[in-house]
Amino acid sequence: MWPNKFEYARAGSVDEALAMISDDGKFLAGGHSLLPVMKLRLDAPAHLVDINRIESLSGISANGDLTIGATTTHAEIAGSAAVQSMCAALASACGQVGDQAVRNFGTIGGNIAHADPASDPPTVLVACGATVNIQGAAGARSVGAEDFFVDLFETALDDGELITSVSLPNCSDCQCAYVKFPHPASRYAIVGVAVCLKMDGDTCTQADVAVGGATVKAVKCAGAEAALAGSALDDAALEAAAAAVKADIADWLAGDIAYPESYRQQMAGVFLKRAVRAAS
Amino acid sequence: MSTRIFGSGIKRREDPRLITGEARYTDDIKLPGVLHMAVVRSPYAHANIVSIDSAAAEAMDGVVAVFTGDDIDLAGMPTAWLIPDSDLKTPEHPALAKGKVRYVGDGVAIVLADDRYRAQDAADAVVVDYEELPAVIDPEAAAQAGAPLIHDDVEGNIAFRWAPFDKEASDAVFEAADVVVSERILQQRLLPTAMETRAAMAQYNAATQELTLWCTSQNPHIHRFIISAVTGLNENKVRVIAPEVGGGFGSKIPCYPDEALVSWAAMKLGVPVKWAETRSENYQVTIHGRDHVQHVQMAASSEGKILGVRATVYAGMGGYLSTAAPGIPTILHGLLYVGPYTIDSVYCESIGVMTNGAPTDAYRGAGRPEATFLLERMVDNVAREIGMDPAEVRRKNLIPAFEDGYDVAAGLTYDSGDYPAAFEKALNMAGYDDFRQAQAEALAAGRYLGIGVTAYTEMCGLGPSQVAGAVGFQGGLWESATVRVTPTGKVQALIGASPHGQGSETTLAQIIAEELGFPVEDIEVVHGDTTETPMGWGTYGSRTTPVTGAALAKASQKLKDKARALAAHLMEASVDDIEYADGSFSVKGSPDQAQSIQEVALMAHLAWNMPEGMDPGFEESQFYDPPNFVYPFGTHIAIVEVDAATGVIDLQRYIAVDDCGPQINPEIVAGQIHGGVVQGVAQALCEGAIYSDDGQLLTGTMQDYCMPKADMFPNFELGETVTPSPHHPIGVKGVGETGTIASTPTVYNAVLDALAPLGVEQIDMPLTSAKVWGAIQAARQ
Amino acid sequence: MQVSITVNGVERQADVDPRTLLVHFLRETLDLTGTKIGCDTSQCGACTVHLDGKVLKSCTLLAVQADGCEVGTIEGLAAGGEHHPMQSAFWENHGLQCGYCTPGMIMASAAFVRDNPGASEAEIRHYLEGNICRCTGYHNIVKAVKQVADAAAAP
Repeated sequence: MWPNKFEYARAGSVDEALAMISDDGKFLAGGHSLLPVMKLRLDAPAHLVDINRIESLSGISANGDLTIGATTTHAEIAGSAAVQSMCAALASACGQVGDQAVRNFGTIGGNIAHADPASDPPTVLVACGATVNIQGAAGARSVGAEDFFVDLFETALDDGELITSVSLPNCSDCQCAYVKFPHPASRYAIVGVAVCLKMDGDTCTQADVAVGGATVKAVKCAGAEAALAGSALDDAALEAAAAAVKADIADWLAGDIAYPESYRQQMAGVFLKRAVRAAS
Repeated sequence: MSTRIFGSGIKRREDPRLITGEARYTDDIKLPGVLHMAVVRSPYAHANIVSIDSAAAEAMDGVVAVFTGDDIDLAGMPTAWLIPDSDLKTPEHPALAKGKVRYVGDGVAIVLADDRYRAQDAADAVVVDYEELPAVIDPEAAAQAGAPLIHDDVEGNIAFRWAPFDKEASDAVFEAADVVVSERILQQRLLPTAMETRAAMAQYNAATQELTLWCTSQNPHIHRFIISAVTGLNENKVRVIAPEVGGGFGSKIPCYPDEALVSWAAMKLGVPVKWAETRSENYQVTIHGRDHVQHVQMAASSEGKILGVRATVYAGMGGYLSTAAPGIPTILHGLLYVGPYTIDSVYCESIGVMTNGAPTDAYRGAGRPEATFLLERMVDNVAREIGMDPAEVRRKNLIPAFEDGYDVAAGLTYDSGDYPAAFEKALNMAGYDDFRQAQAEALAAGRYLGIGVTAYTEMCGLGPSQVAGAVGFQGGLWESATVRVTPTGKVQALIGASPHGQGSETTLAQIIAEELGFPVEDIEVVHGDTTETPMGWGTYGSRTTPVTGAALAKASQKLKDKARALAAHLMEASVDDIEYADGSFSVKGSPDQAQSIQEVALMAHLAWNMPEGMDPGFEESQFYDPPNFVYPFGTHIAIVEVDAATGVIDLQRYIAVDDCGPQINPEIVAGQIHGGVVQGVAQALCEGAIYSDDGQLLTGTMQDYCMPKADMFPNFELGETVTPSPHHPIGVKGVGETGTIASTPTVYNAVLDALAPLGVEQIDMPLTSAKVWGAIQAARQ
Repeated sequence: MQVSITVNGVERQADVDPRTLLVHFLRETLDLTGTKIGCDTSQCGACTVHLDGKVLKSCTLLAVQADGCEVGTIEGLAAGGEHHPMQSAFWENHGLQCGYCTPGMIMASAAFVRDNPGASEAEIRHYLEGNICRCTGYHNIVKAVKQVADAAAAP
C-alpha cells in the first residue's frame, strides 16, 4: 500500500517526455497497471514521467484505419462509436477491463506496455492485426501487435521508448468478437478469445483468432484460423478449431493455483466456439 | 400501542454517520505526534532467526526506533479457551518471534517512524538472516510421525485431543447398521476479510500510568484484561476503545500481538503509536477460519433412519494457539453432531494440530458450520446410498416440535424448535416436487440442474457462564447493561457488548422502547469504551441480542416497576390500580389522571416526593447470565445449474426459512441472513486460502482470494417461522450466524445433485469451475 | 511537490511527496476519512471517489496526478445538508451494516445511476463487481441502487 520513493515529473510533450526519461524510470499514464505493482512494492522505478496530459497522445481518429492514442482510456474506447463500428471486439474487450473505475482511468498504452497476459485488449489487438506505434530518442517505429508482445510482462519496447498510439485496420466488414471467461477473484481473463471473421455469405473466407489469459502473452492461433477459414462455421468446423486452438497455445500456457494451465487450455477451446458464435 | 416498535423494520440508528462518511473507525482517529508502526514479518513459514540487523533501518529519515523480540518485555499472548480432558498444550506465543518463526507473517521486528511510507521503507531495510526449516501446512500431515516439529513442547504437533463421547457405544451402532457412508471432507481455510482491516493506536500517560488503546475489537473488555495481563498494567489503568468497527466475523475477537506491540511501544517511547494493517498483511496474519480435515461416517437403516454419526477431525491451529482456538473445533463443533435430527449416537475425536499456517480461530459460525456441513453432506450420501430422495430422508429424521427443552445425544438441551414446520415451508417456497420434474426435463435436454436442502439448528447466544467454566472458557458469558434515563427523559443504554455492524444500536433501542415506551429516537445505545460501559464479554456467537437484549429487557422492566410505583405515589393511587400503555401510567377508572414515563423520570431525578423507601434517580443495571444457549433453526434450499462444458455454477435461487424467535427488527434479521448466506455460499463456491507446500500464502490478495461479488447471486427468498425461546425474557434467539451455518452444505449439495447424473460424488471445496470440470472429466473416464 | 486539488468544491493546496496516493492525501493530509481503504490491489472499491465526475479508486492514483482536478468524496455528496438520494436509499433499504464499504458503494452507485438511469438489477449487480461488501450479501445494496435508478428513469 506504500509505493517506494521516486522522483516525479510531468511532461508536456512527447519530446519532453523522451528527454526526461532515464533507464531507471518509467512512463506513467493512467497508472492503473503500474501503481498496483508499485503499491505492493513489486516494482520500484526511481523516476516517473507522467505522460497523461500530453494532448497528442490522447484520442481516437478514424481515417481509414483506426488510430487510438496511447493515453486514451478503456472507457473512452469502449464507448467510442468509431471503435464500436470499426472494431467491435476491441470496444467489447476494453469494456471488460477491470471495473468501471479502472476503465475510467486506465489507458490502452499503459495496458499494453504492462503486457499482463490476462488483460483483455492485447488479445484483440493481436487477433485484429493492430500495430503499436512507438517513439524513442532514435525516432519512431511501428511494431505489429503479435511481435510487440514477447512474453509474460515483456514487450518489444526498448528502454526509453514510449508507445504513442495503436492502429487497427478497419474491421467494419468483419464479424468480430471478444469473449472472456473472467477469473472470479481478479476478473482478469482465465481465458479470453478474440475472433475476427471475414464472411462471404455463409462461408468464412478468413479467420483471425487470438487467445489470452490462458497464455503468457496474447497468442495468434494459426491452426484454429485454418480450421475456420473456408468453412461454414458449422459444428464440425468449430470442433476442429477448438481442437486446433489448444495446440496453437500449447507452448505458451499460463495458469495459477486455482485455474491451472491444463484447464485454461481446455477452456480456450470452449470459448473459441463461443467467440465464433458470438461473432457470427 | 397502535404500531408496535418491537417487530418493526425501522431504519437503523447507526446509519446517518455511516452514509455520510462521518463515522470514525480506528484508523480515522488522529493524535498529534503519533508514530506509525510497521511490522517486519517473516517471509518463511518455518525458520530459525539467525540474526537481525536493524542499523540501516534505524538510520533512515523519520525512523525513531526499531525493536526486535529480544527488546520486548511483554508476557506471551494468552490462549483463553483451555478445553478440559484433552491434554491441551499451550505453547509460548511471544508478541515478536524469539529465535524462530512459525508462519509467513510472524512478526520479527517493529519499526516506529513519523510517517507510514517511511515506516514501511525502514521495515524493508531491516535485514533478517533466516535458516529455513521444513514446513507443514496440512493438519493431517502435521499430525503424522516425522512431520516437522513446530513447538518443542508440543509433541507430535498435537495441541489437544478431544473425544468426550462413548466410542464403544458408537462403534456398536456402526457395526449393527444396515448402511454406513463415509467421506473425507476438507473444510478449507477461509480468510474472514472484514472490510476494515485491523488497526490499533495506543497512548500512554506515564504520570498516571494510564494506557488508552483504540482498536478494532469485538470485545474491548476482553482486550482490556489481556492487554493488562501482557503489559503488567493494572486493569483499571487500561482503557480500551473499540470505535466504529468495520465488521469482524470473529477475526476481531482475538487479542493479537500487534495490539500488544503498539501498547508496549507507546509506553516505551512516551508518544502515541498507531498501526493499521494492509489487506495483504491481514490475509497473512489475521486469524483464518475452518481448516479441518474430517473423516466422517454416518450409520443408517435401509429405511433411512439415521442411527449415528462419527468423525475424526484434524483441526489446523496454525503456528500458535489463538485466543479462543481450542474451543472452536471441539465444544462449538462436536456437540453439534445431532443437528435437527433424532440421532441417538454421536462420536467426535477432534485433534488440534499445530501447522505452519496463520493461527486459526473463530470465524462466523465457528465450529458449527463445520458440523452442519458434515451432517448434511452425510445425509445426502445416505439418501444416495439407499435410493431415497434426500428431502425425504430429512423429513423422516427431524425432531418433532417441542416447546421447552429437548435433550439430545450430544449432551445439549435444545430450547425450542419446530423443525418440520420450517422444513415444509421452505420446500413449499421452493416448489420442491415441481423442481424435481423440471430437473428431469432439463437433464433430458442436456442441462444439469441441482437442488440442495439443509435442515439445521445451531447453538448460539453464548451461553451460561457455568457451562463456559465447565468447558474451559477463561471468562464468563453473561452480559451487563445499564439503562440510564436523564432528567429530561432521554435514554442512554450502556452495554458491555461491542457490536460492529449488526445494527444493535437499533435493535436494542427497540427493546427498551418496547418495554418502557420511550420513543426509539430518544434512546442512545453506548458501547465500545471500557471506561464508559459496564463489563461485558463481547459481541460474537450471535449473543448480543439474546444476552445483552435480555439484560436490557430486565433492566427496563425494573425501571418500569419503579416508574409504576412512583406514578402510583404521585397520583395517590394504589400500585395495583396503575395501568400502563404506550409510555403512560394511569389510574384504573380515571383515564384523565396520567403520568408519562418522562414525567415520572423527571420526578425520580428531582426526588421531591418519593414513596417511603424508594431511592432517587432513574437508572437500572442488570447482569444477565442466560440459563441455556438459544437454538435458532431453519431450512435452506438452493437451486443451481452447472455448465458441464466449463464447470461454472450458476446459483439460480436461494430460499431461506429461519426461525430466530420473535423478530425485533425484521429488516435487520433479513440483513444478517443475506450476509451470512453469501459468506457460506462463498465457502462452497469460491473462497479458500491456499498455501504452497512450503507455507507461502498463494491467495495473499483479493486478486487471488475470491471474495463473493454482487453478480454471483440472485435475490434471496426469505421466509420465517416464529418459535420463542422458552427461557429468554422476550423469547429471542440469535441470527448472526445461521446463514453461514446453513448455506455452505445447501449449495454444495445442490451442485453435487446436479452432477449426480454424471457420476460425480465428491469434490473438495471451494467448487471452482476448474475443479468441477475436472471432476466431470474424471467421472466420464 | 505542490498540488492544488479542488475537493468537494474547495480548492486545497499542499506540498506532497510524489508517492502519496490520492486516498492518503484525502485521509491524512485533508483529514477526510470518510473515504476508506479495504485492500491494496484496487479490488474492493472502499476508496471510490469522483475525479472530474468519474468514479475512481483513489488508491490507484497519485495525488500529483490529480493536480488541478476536482475530487468529490462522500463528505461532499450531501448537498446543503440534504442526503443525496443514494444515501437516503441505502438508509431506507438497509443497504449497509458495518458501514465500511458504504462510502465507496454510495459514490460508485451515485455515478452509475447518474449515467445509467433505469438500470436493471442485472446491470447493477454487474456494475458492482468493483465494490466489495462483506456484510450485506449485496441484496439490500442492489435494492437501494435499483430504487434510485428507477426513480431517475421515472418521467
